[in-house]
Formats: sequence, C-alpha cells, structure tokens
Amino acid sequence: MTTSEALEHHGALSYLEERGRYGGILGWIFSTDHKRIGILYLVSTLFFFFVGMSLGFLMRLQMLSPHGELFKNADYYNALFTLHGVVMVFLFIIPAIPGSLGNFFMPIMIGAKDVAFPRLNLLSWWLYVMGAVIALASLFGSGLPDTGWTFYAPYSLRTHADVPMAVFGVFVLGFSSILTGINFITTMHRMRAPGMGWFKMPLFPWALYATSWVQVLATPVLGITMLLIFVERIFHVGIFNPAMGGDPLLYQHLFWMYSHPAVYIMILPAMGLISEMIPTFAHRTIFGYGAIVWSSMGIALLGSLVWAHHMFTSGLSDAAATVFSLLTFLVAVPSAIKVFNWTATLYKGSIALEPPMLYALSFIFLFSVGGLTGLILGALALNVMLHDTYFVVAHFHYVIFGGAAFAFFGALHYWLPKMFGRMYNRSAAYIGWALLFTGFNLLYFTMFVLGVMGMPRRYAFYLPRFQTSHVIATVGSWIMIAGILVVFTNLIVSVFKGEKAGENPWGGVTLEWQIPSPPPTENFLEPPTIPEKAYDFEGAFAS
Amino acid sequence: MSDVAAEAGRAEHAHAEHGDYEGAKLGMWLFLFSECMLFGGLFVLYAMYRADHPRAFSAGGSHMDALLGVANTLVLLTGSFAVASSITALQRGRRRLAMGLVGTTILTGVAFMIVKAVEWSGHIRQGYFPHSQLLQGKPGEQLFFSLYYVMTGLHGLHVIAGIAVLTAALILMARRKVTQEHFVFLENAALYWHLVDIIWIFLLPLFYLAA
Repeated sequence: MTTSEALEHHGALSYLEERGRYGGILGWIFSTDHKRIGILYLVSTLFFFFVGMSLGFLMRLQMLSPHGELFKNADYYNALFTLHGVVMVFLFIIPAIPGSLGNFFMPIMIGAKDVAFPRLNLLSWWLYVMGAVIALASLFGSGLPDTGWTFYAPYSLRTHADVPMAVFGVFVLGFSSILTGINFITTMHRMRAPGMGWFKMPLFPWALYATSWVQVLATPVLGITMLLIFVERIFHVGIFNPAMGGDPLLYQHLFWMYSHPAVYIMILPAMGLISEMIPTFAHRTIFGYGAIVWSSMGIALLGSLVWAHHMFTSGLSDAAATVFSLLTFLVAVPSAIKVFNWTATLYKGSIALEPPMLYALSFIFLFSVGGLTGLILGALALNVMLHDTYFVVAHFHYVIFGGAAFAFFGALHYWLPKMFGRMYNRSAAYIGWALLFTGFNLLYFTMFVLGVMGMPRRYAFYLPRFQTSHVIATVGSWIMIAGILVVFTNLIVSVFKGEKAGENPWGGVTLEWQIPSPPPTENFLEPPTIPEKAYDFEGAFAS
Repeated sequence: MSDVAAEAGRAEHAHAEHGDYEGAKLGMWLFLFSECMLFGGLFVLYAMYRADHPRAFSAGGSHMDALLGVANTLVLLTGSFAVASSITALQRGRRRLAMGLVGTTILTGVAFMIVKAVEWSGHIRQGYFPHSQLLQGKPGEQLFFSLYYVMTGLHGLHVIAGIAVLTAALILMARRKVTQEHFVFLENAALYWHLVDIIWIFLLPLFYLAA
C-alpha cells in the first residue's frame, strides 16, 4: 500500500497537518506530540547554533592580528568566548540531538505512539526555553560575562558579571535535561511495541538509553554546583571561597563530575546516529550489534570516572592523577570498538555515497582524530605541556563539532525526508559538505599546531610569530561558515519547496521507514511489523 | 503472529500507554535517583571538609541542639508512617482514613518546618552564620555552618515541595481523581516524602551528632 493510499484508507493526517486543540504557533508550543516537540527543539537548538557560530566567527576575526583585529579591549573577547561556550554547550549540543531527533525518532523506532510522559516532555522544552532566556538575560545584568563557560571559583565569586543569574539559567537547563532523560528511559522500558525486544532495538535508541542515564545521574551534580555558586553570591556563604576556608578545587571536581560525563551526553547520541546511517548506506547489517550496545553502556559508565583529567595541572596528587590518566585511556576502548565496528560494517557492503553517508564517514575520520588527540591529552606529561593551549580547543572541537555536530547534520540529511516528506537538492548538499569539511579541518587542525607551538587559549592578543597560523585558521572559519550556510539554506528551502520524497528513499529497514512521510500523528496506522533482528537487510531484500 | 496474539499485544500496548502504573513509578524512581545525586554533591563536600577540619566540625556540632534534631526526626518518621499507611488505606477503599493520614503527614511537615525555623533563627541570633563576627578566623566552623545552612536549607525546600505534592494528592483524593484503583499519584507523592525523610536521617548525625 502506498503512502497516499494508506493515508486515504485511514483518513489520518500527518503530524504537520493535524490540528490539535490550538491552531497556528500555539499548536506547536503547547503540543505534547513528541514529533512536534522534536521540531521545536530542532528549531530552537539550531537557532542557538547560529548564535554560537556568529560568536565564534567574531572570535576568529579578533585573532586575525596579534593586537586584536576587532577590539583593543580584552573584556569583549572574554565575553565572546564565555558566550560562545555557554551557548554552544548548554543551549546547542547537549539538548540538540536528544531533544530534536531523539524526541522525533526514538518513539517511532521502538514502535511507540509517543514518549511515556508527553506533558513532561513539553515541560522539558519550556524549561529549556526559560533556562536559555535566564542565562542570556544575565548579559544585561551588572557587567560583561567573563568567566568562561566553566564558571570556575573563586573568580566567578568576585567578578562583576551577573554570575548568579547565569548559573541559575544553567540549573534550569539541567532540570530540562534530567526530565528528558527520565522520560526516555521510561519510554524505552515501558513503550516498546510487542515483539520489540531490548536487543532488537535499533542503535540510536540504545545510544539515547545510555545517554539518558548519564543525564539523570550526572546533571544533578552540576545542578548542585551551580546552586552553590548562586547561594555563595547571594547569601555570602563560603563553600568554595578560599577567603572563608572553602576550597576552589572542590568546585572544579564537582563541575567536571558532571561536565565530563556531559561530553558523553553530547557524543553518545551522535554515535547512535552513525550506527543508523552506516548500515543503511552500506546496505548491510551492522557489524557487532551487541558490541556497540555494550560499548555505549561502557562509555556511559567509564565516562563518569575520568573527570579529574581536566585538572592535571591543578595540583592533584600524583596517585590521583595516575589513576585518572589510566581511566582516561580505558574510556578510549569502547569508543574504538565502535569505530572498528562501523568500519567493519562497510567491508563488502554496497556503499551509496549519499550526503548523509559522507557525514557519517567524515564523523569516523574526525572523531578518530579527536579521540587520538584525547589520548595525547590524557597522558600526564604531555598534558602539562598542552594544558590550556589551542591543542585542547582543537581536540574538543574535533570530537564535539567534527563528531557530534557532523553526525547531527548528517542525520538531518538522513531524516529530513521522513520528517517533512521532502528531499533536498543533492548537489547543494555535496557542495555544502565539501566546504564544511575543508573549512573545518583548516580551522581546527591549525589549532593543533598552534597549541603545540604554545599558543594559550582564551587570549585576546598573541605574539606575532603565531600570526600566520591564526590567519590560516580564520580563513578556515570563513570556508566552514560558508559551508554551513549552504547546508542550512538547502535544508530549509527543501522543507518548503523540496521534491516529494517517498516513504523510504534510502531503503532503510528500521521502523521509521515503514510509516508515511511525514508521519501521521499516531505514528503507526497499523501495528508495525517488527523485524526478526535489527538491521535485517537480508530479510528486507528477500521479501 | 496470529490475529489473537496480535490483538492481545495491541491491547497490552494500549494499556501501557494509558495510565501505565509501572511506568509512572519507574519515572518517579529515576527522579529520586537524580535527587540523590543532587544531595550527593553536598555530601561529597561535607566529607572533604570534615576530613580537613575534624576539630572545627566537632566544635560546630556542639552548637547544635541534638534534642531538637532528634525530635524533628521523630516528627518526620511519623509523617512517613502516616503516608505509607494512607496508601494501604486507600487500596482497601477507606478513602476518608487515607485522606486523614495524608493530612497528618502534611501537618508533620509543617511542624518540622516550624522547628527548623526556630533553630535557624536561634543560630542566627547567637551569631552563628557565615561571615558573622563570631566565626571570623575560624574557617572550619565557617564551612560547618555554611554547609549546615545550605544542606538543611535545600532539604527544607524539599519538605515544602513535599507538602505541596501531598496537598495536591489530598485535593485529587477529595475530587476522586486519586482512587482505590488509581493511586499511583499518592504512591509517588509518598515516595518523594520518604526521600525527604531519608535525606534528613543522614543530615541528623552529620550536623547534630557531630560534636
């Protein structure tokens, strides 16, 4: 039965057409449909991505000349990197994939009608918006933000910037993240369709499952830490303030107890996306399904035990530093398992180099570079040399931008036909990817070199001998931004004007490809047929 | 899959979506885990600072009224007992008794907060608060009292939240939305109250019995 016949047969409207209790914009911002909430997250997180990108663009402009191309006053640069970090970390990359694609696709992929707590889901989005507004409103408080996204004590306790408001915003955002985690875990425990066993679940839901546990268990530690900064500033209690007997290093410990696991909140869902795209475009069952599932859980567990590798130069005892260094090396094992499995999936596959596949392959390359340089940083002696240099910045962007964001962009190309029923222009998608990939490497690889040469991060001005590299990196940022503009213009135009895409343009075998595009409000017009095993391409081609 | 099995599967599936008892409880437990981690951060800080300043923490504890602390513990435990009994009462169809028991728990919560307020104002009047004259030059005791106010304060906020949730349960019982068959709201409210209770059981020895 074709999509239109099925729709006529059941008289079901797609989630985009269905009119709920409210019409217009209210029908979106008060909708409890997981798909509409997914789109809300998509629009809002991408909005903040563009805000963060613009801030990054300005940072790179400043770096064009040693004495500052834009400002002679370092305060503005401090504000830029603080905002770039806060916006990109808390408002974009943490909520982006679970909030948008997770909300939209996880229930469909496990054969459910919605998440377990639809109203709580809507509340999560509202908390996200409120947290964003509070955090950004802090800009208009007492002074320019200058703490960096890490809000390290004791500086955050005495700066003129409106830190209490900013950390309260982060607290609210954390709450939103916790509620999403609770919702997803419960959904996967309780809402899987009959016949959808745990080990028949596709790998994106599995990745979200691991992520959700980290969200539920690690985020509250950040919550309490932010709350303590808030209380210290407002009521002048002395928990982290050395003037009152407090220990600022404990702030760093508590902060990284969340914020290191948080990088797994960023990367695990992205790895799930890669595990969806690689089999579809290699037309082959994923290699080592079980190993990927367990490595996700392993990353979630081990990732919670490595936080102090952010603190190797803080005067940590040698014994502690050695243990944290060792654990850091261990966490590379499950990540590497995934990389080997994806690569092995390609072997003897029938590879279609569609745009999403290019992103997936770029992910493997960029994430490997990011991961291996992470091992360099995890080594104690090298860390002392590279600490707080551009090397760290490059490593982080290779993992989080080259990893998480590339997977996110790739998955947008992969699932856009499903979400909106329309296909984008493929040539534009290839051009956008090529610019993005080239610009990205020019920008961030140069930063590795700058870091090894000794360029410290967060400096508004620098020695003239770094200038050539800085210029190369800045030019890279222009190419990259041009690529991003092409990519998103193409995607946005296609949402409204793209050619109609069929139900299953890529020949995918997970459940979302069994239903019409865009999906009907109830997701499944008839109970889904659960495949014998996840990614059963042989079964799919046989029938 | 045969039609019968498919039908049964669908029915079960539909059941899981509408008023899923297990799901609601699972969600609550997950939330409680995250609450434990929230307080966990504070317990870590307490452990570190107490290891750094064992004498000062002992001195700080000597300013606490252990009797009031123990009395408040008994008040909370009574409330926990009442709310636990109210679920059993509701399950057996004794709605009025159940409502009375929830009301008792709310009253114990209010009583707890009153005792807490008396204690706090007493400490502040005596000059035991962060940045006070009395604690100048005593970093260990500053930390003790900072943690005391933060931890019991956050706990107090949870007591207030618990009272609000139990009041909501009471209203829902009065309106017959929470009933003998659908009692998961009351059960989750009670779970939350037990969490508040358990955290206090840890706070009692850490502060009141620290001397």
